[in-house]
Amino acid sequence: MTVVKTEINRRSFLKVSAAGSAGIMIGFNWLASCTSPGETVSIPEEWFNINAFITIADNGEVTIMSPNPEIGQNVKTSMPLIVAEELDVDWNMVKVEQAGLDTENYRRQLAGGSQSIRQGWQSLRMAGAAARRLLMEAAAKKWQVSVSNLSTDKGQIINNETGDKIGYGEIAIEAVSIPVPEEIKLKDPKDFKLIGQGVKNVDAPKIVTGEPLFGLDYMEDGATIAMIEHPPAFGMKLKSLDAEEAKAMPGIKDVFTIDTTVGEPQWSDVNAFTELVVITGESTWQVMKAKKKLKIEWEQDTPAESSTDHAKKLVDAMSQKGEVAREDGNPAKASQSASKVVDRTFSAPFLAHNTLEPMNFFANVTAEKAILVGPIQTPEYLRKSVSSLLNMPEENISIDMTRMGGGFGRRLYGHFGVEAAAISKKIGGPVKLIYKREDDLTQGTYRPAYRVNYKAALDDNGKMVAFQAKGAGIPGSPLFQDRFPAGTVDNYKVENINIDTNISTGAWRAPRSNFVAGAEQAFLDEVAEAAGKDPIDFRLELFDRAINDPVGDRNDYDPERYAGVLKLVREKAGWDNKPAGVFRGVSAYFCHNSYVAQVVDVVKEGNDLKLQKVWCAVDCGIVVNKEGAINQIEGGIIDGIGHTMYSQVNFDKGAPVQNNFDQYRLIRHTEAPPEIEVFFVENGIDPTGLGEPSLPPIAAAVANAMYQATGKRWYHQPFMIAEQEELIEVG
Amino acid sequence: MAVFTIKVNGKQHQVDVDSDTPILWVLRDHLKLVGTKYGCGIAQCGACTIHLNGNSIRSCSLPISAVGEQEVTTIEGLSEDGDHPVQKAWIEHDVPQCGYCQAGQIMNAAAFLDKNPNPSSEEIATAMNGNICRCGTYTRINKAIQTAAKNA
Ligand code: FES
Ligand code: FES
Repeated sequence: MTVVKTEINRRSFLKVSAAGSAGIMIGFNWLASCTSPGETVSIPEEWFNINAFITIADNGEVTIMSPNPEIGQNVKTSMPLIVAEELDVDWNMVKVEQAGLDTENYRRQLAGGSQSIRQGWQSLRMAGAAARRLLMEAAAKKWQVSVSNLSTDKGQIINNETGDKIGYGEIAIEAVSIPVPEEIKLKDPKDFKLIGQGVKNVDAPKIVTGEPLFGLDYMEDGATIAMIEHPPAFGMKLKSLDAEEAKAMPGIKDVFTIDTTVGEPQWSDVNAFTELVVITGESTWQVMKAKKKLKIEWEQDTPAESSTDHAKKLVDAMSQKGEVAREDGNPAKASQSASKVVDRTFSAPFLAHNTLEPMNFFANVTAEKAILVGPIQTPEYLRKSVSSLLNMPEENISIDMTRMGGGFGRRLYGHFGVEAAAISKKIGGPVKLIYKREDDLTQGTYRPAYRVNYKAALDDNGKMVAFQAKGAGIPGSPLFQDRFPAGTVDNYKVENINIDTNISTGAWRAPRSNFVAGAEQAFLDEVAEAAGKDPIDFRLELFDRAINDPVGDRNDYDPERYAGVLKLVREKAGWDNKPAGVFRGVSAYFCHNSYVAQVVDVVKEGNDLKLQKVWCAVDCGIVVNKEGAINQIEGGIIDGIGHTMYSQVNFDKGAPVQNNFDQYRLIRHTEAPPEIEVFFVENGIDPTGLGEPSLPPIAAAVANAMYQATGKRWYHQPFMIAEQEELIEVG
Repeated sequence: MAVFTIKVNGKQHQVDVDSDTPILWVLRDHLKLVGTKYGCGIAQCGACTIHLNGNSIRSCSLPISAVGEQEVTTIEGLSEDGDHPVQKAWIEHDVPQCGYCQAGQIMNAAAFLDKNPNPSSEEIATAMNGNICRCGTYTRINKAIQTAAKNA
């Protein structure tokens, strides 16, 4: 049992009256749809606000606030589940609501870095445990017994001596006036009833019936529809605007320009285009149509870049000296005396996020306040940016988060929210800003383009004696100097080269890892082959070194857990007894505090290769919600396969070549592996992230399996587009 | 602008819109049926899938002038209480991640199962190939459709 100091700000313990509250019907309907036929739940009449996370109704219904933005990583289910676990309630009596931005009551309301569960774990448990304690104290007082004589189960408090029971809903009114104790006991993980089981996505009933949930679905009566036109190419800016024809189109209200430059930019204010043309009107289609009639002249501001220039710069970088990020021993010397050196280069293009729901935001800015509603991974930062733009104090700005049709890092950069605020201010009324797919795909914030060269030296026994990596990226190198194989080899060096660009880039699901894991793990497959060793044995030998006699003390992974996932996937996939006709590749990676190892099975169908199955072992500590966790892992695998095989953004004089899904290839149903099987390491360690870690290694597991099937190695992404390779070989 | 009468989910509606307005935007902007999603606008992603006389079509690329008397069914009208076998299978398999593509996936799956009630996994994959799921829930979608076929 863990004892923690309470840090919950116990805001107003108001009795919330049900009269006139929309909560009644929502709550009741929701329960009606969840309980099995025949069970009925009475309609609640009063609610009691226990703390910022928990409200309990007199009928025992519990509302749990979900603090973090939901981008499809399922935190709207898993975070409240953690609260419910410590509160000890029946999940069927729980209704989840999305909290708005509220920095007083919640911490880190941000979706990114696979950190929601890891960083929320303690405070969510505390919120549940503290509420349970208050309810128990209230019952103890009522029954005139000590709290130690009481226990709880499924929303009821039980008097262990008499067997008397009282529901949370019946005692909640007493609990609101009890002060929060200074210390709270948390459950022993072995007593968990909900965590580790699977509960369904709380929004699934609404998703499958098409109820409004997403940013694009949010609309207020009287709001104007707005769209933007940004420069067609990076490096260009607005020269002149002729809006006459567009303005004369039916339903069009106005055309104007806005400047969204934020006075005090933060990391999240990434935006290549701050001066935009805006067109407003009555309906989406009318605005879309009139948008085509805008006559805009653009002019060159900074130099136009093309993919051929990028390729040349990346190739050139490989022969330059980089900034040395880490050097152990003397890799150059060790390589000279080695019996074999493997030297390979890998590359990958820019990628767009392509959340299926395009960027959009609602804003209503008046002289006194600003109300913003929409899909944003970083509401706290958006509020700061809007505050700076409008010159309005943050406390006058409210932000509500809708469910998001995907994030992948794209909605960390909230320029669309800033733009909506600027437009609303300009027109003096509520506005709904909508990006067309083309506006979204050509706006930037792309995953950077990368190139990495690896050199490994082997001695006569096939032992790796030196490992060198040189990484270049536009704009930044993808390498992590203290990750594996750092610590496993005496002579080790990492060099970085950063190449400037005017193309805007940003975090894309598992930043840097999303490329470098695939490159490194495909390279090690070749090194293992050169060493004449099984690729899993080869890696395990390296981990042995890191476990028993690590080189350096900055290595940022736990070699035992790393080796653990490899051993687990080896056992589960039957690696040592491979079925006939199946070609296999393996890969493993550690990022976002979680360990993942994968085996991919490929079969030949005529001249085609088919991905048949992915085996995936994961160590993310305690698994909070098993089915949701597996879904995340499957999604990361399919996302990773798709972008490795098919996707790219290229540039022609600064203009993105791909602007919609007819040219930007996303993975489709027939291309996804029909089977994915996931295995978790059970270790009781506090949970770590799952939104990203399954994506990075899969590129190599696929490449290594395809090599077994074809004898061809795959170095340049996207694997299925040959032109990319030619492009890269320029120079 | 012209006045059109269309039948959506069993009810007649009159709307006054440009005749080239895609039915997607009529549903979303004018009838406030926002379950049908916009993803690409060029018939590439399937997020906007609805039924026209029981056939699945891309509503972003069908102008209202082409609808006429034909019956439009959207995700909101697929079943009375969300209990269509496909919807139930979606919940059972916990399919959605972000959920944005799922209305289109469900509509396409429902129309497909009407025509092919006992599909193989490969037939499902081929039939669903026009519907992009950016979150990568394809494996689950495939299994959910197999379950829906069994329970229909
Ligand atoms: S929005 Fe219609 S197919 Fe993409
Ligand atoms: S669930 Fe997100 S696009 Fe399919």
